[in-house]
Amino acid sequence: MKRRQFHKLLAGVVAGAMLGLSVPAVHAEEPLKVGFVYVGPIGDHGWSYQHDQGRLSAEAHFGDKIKTTYVENVAEGADAERVIRNLAKAGNDIIFTTSFGFMNPTVKVAKQFPNVKFEHATGYKLSDNLGTYVSKTYEGRYVAGYVASQMTKTNKIGYIASFPIPEVIRDINTVQLALAKYNPNAELKIVWVNTWFDPGKEADAANAMMDQGVDVILQHTDSPAAMQAAERRGAFAVGQASDMTHFGPKAHLLSVVDEWGPHYINRIQAVMDGSWKSSAMVEGMKEGAIVIPGFNESIPADVTAKAKELIAGIKDGSVYPFTGPLKDNKGEMKVPEGTKLTFADLEKMDWYVEGIKAEIPK
Amino acid sequence: MDIDLITNILYAMVRTGTPLLIVALGELICEKSGVLNLGQEGMMLMGAVVGFIVTLSTGSLTLGFLAAILAGILMSLIFGVITMELSANQVATGLALTIFGTGLSAFIGTNYVGKPITGLEPIDIPVLTDLPIIGRMLFGQDLLVYLSLALFGGVYWFINHSRPGLILKAVGENPHSANAIGLPVFKVRYLAILFGGAMAGLAGSYLSLAYTPLWMENMSAGRGWIALALVVFASWKAERVLLGAWLFGLASILHLVFQGMGFSVSPNLLATLPYLATIAVLVILSSNQNSRLVAPISLGKPFYAKT
Repeated sequence: MKRRQFHKLLAGVVAGAMLGLSVPAVHAEEPLKVGFVYVGPIGDHGWSYQHDQGRLSAEAHFGDKIKTTYVENVAEGADAERVIRNLAKAGNDIIFTTSFGFMNPTVKVAKQFPNVKFEHATGYKLSDNLGTYVSKTYEGRYVAGYVASQMTKTNKIGYIASFPIPEVIRDINTVQLALAKYNPNAELKIVWVNTWFDPGKEADAANAMMDQGVDVILQHTDSPAAMQAAERRGAFAVGQASDMTHFGPKAHLLSVVDEWGPHYINRIQAVMDGSWKSSAMVEGMKEGAIVIPGFNESIPADVTAKAKELIAGIKDGSVYPFTGPLKDNKGEMKVPEGTKLTFADLEKMDWYVEGIKAEIPK
Repeated sequence: MDIDLITNILYAMVRTGTPLLIVALGELICEKSGVLNLGQEGMMLMGAVVGFIVTLSTGSLTLGFLAAILAGILMSLIFGVITMELSANQVATGLALTIFGTGLSAFIGTNYVGKPITGLEPIDIPVLTDLPIIGRMLFGQDLLVYLSLALFGGVYWFINHSRPGLILKAVGENPHSANAIGLPVFKVRYLAILFGGAMAGLAGSYLSLAYTPLWMENMSAGRGWIALALVVFASWKAERVLLGAWLFGLASILHLVFQGMGFSVSPNLLATLPYLATIAVLVILSSNQNSRLVAPISLGKPFYAKT
């Protein structure tokens, strides 16, 4: 008897926990069904949040013509395969899987459901019904690096880094290239926190750097804690993934925001038209996938103007940070004069550019 | 390394160690009574979200902290009823409590993500704050840090020098004998569980109202688990819990400071430093003891009053 009561209670407890994971449904007649798989909670105010904003803007765009379903907090690994297969079984016409670790599960399920379209963010495996998409975050970081180079008084810029993967190393390099070009006296300090999301640790990292004289902080982690820490101590910071203005109205210089809406709208439209084809899509400022929503009023007008010029240059292709000659930080010539790194090169980047006084963690 | 930097490191060490200290003190009392509650993480998150919501809507930090404590108590009451009245497995119930707390806090906090509040500010105690090196560490902190020290003092005294503390230990070592001599085993265990919940709730609100004044899903990021491990490695001694919590804080900060200073040590290695250092020191301390088991003997075993 006691045991049965306990089971009931436990069931209640588990059901309560599931409340946080409920799946929304939109009713319509014969709509196109679209599925999304997120690695984090949509409340992370970063990566998964932005993908969900993209989903919402697709919903707003198509109205009753589509029906979207999302599953959040999906662990990378075996469970992902089950989630993706369930979405495919449920009759979704296109499924977006939005984290690198979903690559192999997506490939597997795509093979089993040839009539369903799949798109995997940040991956590199393609098949007839599986495409990839990724955004050029470094474009935004170049602009952020320029603004940081102009706003620092101590000539020390801090960078909170997550894991030493090519994407992160590439973005650190972009910032260093901007510093070298616009303020060669500025030094970049890099602190690895070994996590994408730990507000306490990110704040600690920001404070530790400010203790050492850093007065502008950039981050490649997902919480706004560093922004807050900078606000408390009168330093500047650059927001990541979503607009972080309200976490530090004075500290916030700008945010580099991933805007997935246009991509989702395009691709869903392509499925409706029957024109969808598998491809590896790389999108940046030009396509509206990377945006900088606004600049802090405390930034001098000429700096803001120059930053906007850079954005325009990036859009028309005249500004490209990874243009030779580029040396690595040991003095070896990596990119000779007159050549440019391709996006494929950037996806394998495992070296620091000249001027970074640190080693990439092994 | 100049003096300012050392001062700042020690200051940050205490701040980082404080949430761990508060949770671990609560869990210490709870385990001393023979109850193992693995729900710390869930209770912390509930404390964090409830404290944040109350402070945001009332504008009062005090009410926020009190509400967080209450939330922690209610969470631990669920645990208490299930493990004590229904004699359920404590480990399974504790894990369920963590899953429940993580999910429920995310659910009720959805609309509060990213809302700004003014967090608890540090209070500088005049003159003493200006002491070199330890001034800021001990006298330039916020109220909750001072409170955590008082709590430590209270728990230390309670366990080692008070009669109720003796009763608590008796219940944790051998509840049947304790019951036989007329000690209220159920009442003692309930109170210990509720104290553990109150501390976890308070620690959670320290995160969301003082440390990083914001609410984010899962913002405790594993601190509840670290606190649980701390209690074990501190071999259930209050003074070692304090030592362990601060040591963990120190190593976490050093790992970040060294990188900023350009030391060419692998950050991955540095990241494991807090765990390694804390475990190493506490294990060395415990190895000097006589071979008697240091854990409360009835830890984790349900107690049936009438058998």
